[in-house]
Amino acid sequence: MIWFAGVDSGSWNTKAVVIDARARVLGRAVVRSGADLAGAADTALAGALAMAGGHRGEGGVVWSTGFGRHAIPFADGSRTELDCHGRGAAFYVPGPLVVIDIGGQDAKVIRLDAQGQRQAHRMNRKCAAGTGSFLDEIALRLGIGVEQLPALAAEASDTGLELSSYCTVFAGTELLSLIRAGHRPADLALAAYRSLARRVLTMDVLQGRLVATGGVIAHHPAMTRLLEEELGADIIVPPHPQEMGAFGAALAAREGAVSVMAASPP
Amino acid sequence: MTGSRSSVPPLASAAALREIMAAYYRGLGGAARGEAPVAWCTSVGPAELLRALGFAVFFPENHAAMLGAGRTANRTMPLAHAQGYSQDICSYLTSDIGAFLARETPLAAFGLDAVPTPAVLVFNTNQCRDVRDWFEWYGRKWNVPVIGVCSPRGLDQITDREVDAVARQIEDLVPQLEAVAGARLDAGRLEEAVAASRTCSDLWASCLETAGRRPAPLSFFDATVHMGPAVVLRGEESANRYYRGLLAELEQRTGQGVGAVPGEVCRVYWEGMPIWGRLRALSDLFASLRTTVVASTYCNSWIFKALDPAQPIRSMARASLELFIVRSEAPKERYLEAMIDQYQVDGIVFHDCRTCPNNSNTRYGMPHRLAERLGIPTLVLDGDVNDLRCVSDEQTRTSLEAFVEQLADHPRGAVR
Repeated sequence: MIWFAGVDSGSWNTKAVVIDARARVLGRAVVRSGADLAGAADTALAGALAMAGGHRGEGGVVWSTGFGRHAIPFADGSRTELDCHGRGAAFYVPGPLVVIDIGGQDAKVIRLDAQGQRQAHRMNRKCAAGTGSFLDEIALRLGIGVEQLPALAAEASDTGLELSSYCTVFAGTELLSLIRAGHRPADLALAAYRSLARRVLTMDVLQGRLVATGGVIAHHPAMTRLLEEELGADIIVPPHPQEMGAFGAALAAREGAVSVMAASPP
Repeated sequence: MTGSRSSVPPLASAAALREIMAAYYRGLGGAARGEAPVAWCTSVGPAELLRALGFAVFFPENHAAMLGAGRTANRTMPLAHAQGYSQDICSYLTSDIGAFLARETPLAAFGLDAVPTPAVLVFNTNQCRDVRDWFEWYGRKWNVPVIGVCSPRGLDQITDREVDAVARQIEDLVPQLEAVAGARLDAGRLEEAVAASRTCSDLWASCLETAGRRPAPLSFFDATVHMGPAVVLRGEESANRYYRGLLAELEQRTGQGVGAVPGEVCRVYWEGMPIWGRLRALSDLFASLRTTVVASTYCNSWIFKALDPAQPIRSMARASLELFIVRSEAPKERYLEAMIDQYQVDGIVFHDCRTCPNNSNTRYGMPHRLAERLGIPTLVLDGDVNDLRCVSDEQTRTSLEAFVEQLADHPRGAVR
């Protein structure tokens, strides 16, 4: 069996995707990254291979991406997550397009041309605003798990309420003020999503064909809806948005992309 | 943030550099012990005038850069913040004042137990207002005069009107400085200092211009270190001797085809301040990406082509106004366009320095405009000159690697 795998070592989760020579997804897995990045990558790959019915040592090729991409000893090559998210999105959606990726610790906007080649990218500042961590903090303040936030927001009556602060700490105190003012938790949950969406909108001009990926997009459908409302445009969410980086790394493995990192300095 | 080290040996001139810089700092120690009056001067202030009057000249920005490079700035800055100097203002200012309050100085390595106490502090606000606020803190501390030049900024063109205004202010400094120095200004000495400064500027420019070749024998990271004499010793013959040696070595490297980065593939321009505490890490990262940072606005800022010993004060005024940081967006963009061509640049990295808005050309759309107009890829990197709390190593690494991936995948048609 010929297979290609991508492992996306993210700050919160490690994702793995196994594809075949025709780029069909055979297996996927998501595990917590924790402190042992190499171990998490090993576990994620094992999970994706088990789903794919493949085995290590069968001649498969593994490429890594994500912030921990250089900490995965069994990777045969690596590309940045900017490259892999763009590569994965362009596989499903023809360019030119703009990829909006919202992950646990960062948010990215990636511009691709008609050939799917990357033209530019933007990342959030060194700050939790505009990332999944913002939602974690809000859920904590509301006394619920972040996985409960989508259901809570679904009960909101859309009052147009938003959290005006971009700063996660200040947003937390603002939330307390709104609770004291009698706003319902469901409305506050939706307000948090709206605040996050509006923060992402400031990163770049989001026009043309738009694609959204990342764990926040995968698990918080309100985000895509709010982004569409704010932009007045449709947003395409491709299959397995959370594993898009891993999928892109698997495509890179398949395409034999050349790593810009020299194995060792010449 | 780590990367593979370059296998190119450091420039042999580094030994001479250490020697000349150490001699300068030891000389400040002598001045502090009464051998000469000390004047503090902003980095592009009227240093030639101060030298002609016999002052030993100390540049606090150089001191602050040492605090940043030594990664002690984040320990000292909070002391200045507690005095009401915001975390959002110049981290050179806050780290330097904080170091003073903590009774710390990297000059201890050269026998000084503190920064040399000034007899006068002389600023030029051509770069920002912060330098004046910085100097006034020390002026109050020691009850010494703080004088200087308030320059117009955001200039489209440099006309006689602006030059006259600044030249008159420099002339007004003369009697005040004479009173502090206890000596009259000798016109011949001023002409000599301006002539020596112009020579230093020309030699430094020639050194930097060697990086226009492929492979570039000098990187931005080398230049930020080797610019030391141009910053603190311009106007002194010792700086000129140093740069003649450095230029010869760089030309030898060029002749031998030796690049600062082995296997140079990409060439980028650095716009904005260095991140002093990550200089080595960034140098190693770029080397591992086989990318040379071939030129920078920052290192070019010590090129003063207008200096003319026949018109010493007027040419000092013009030179201080012609600098990139003093100009409006349009001439800045024209300048960067010329740099792209001269250095065969594949992309521009803009450093958005959190605490230095005047040296951050990212906040009014310039990277977008240049990318659109010239088709040059641009990257905005968030960081800071000294405050490492504003630097995300992982994000910096990812963003730079992604940028180089993009450049390597789609070369701009440069000869390779």
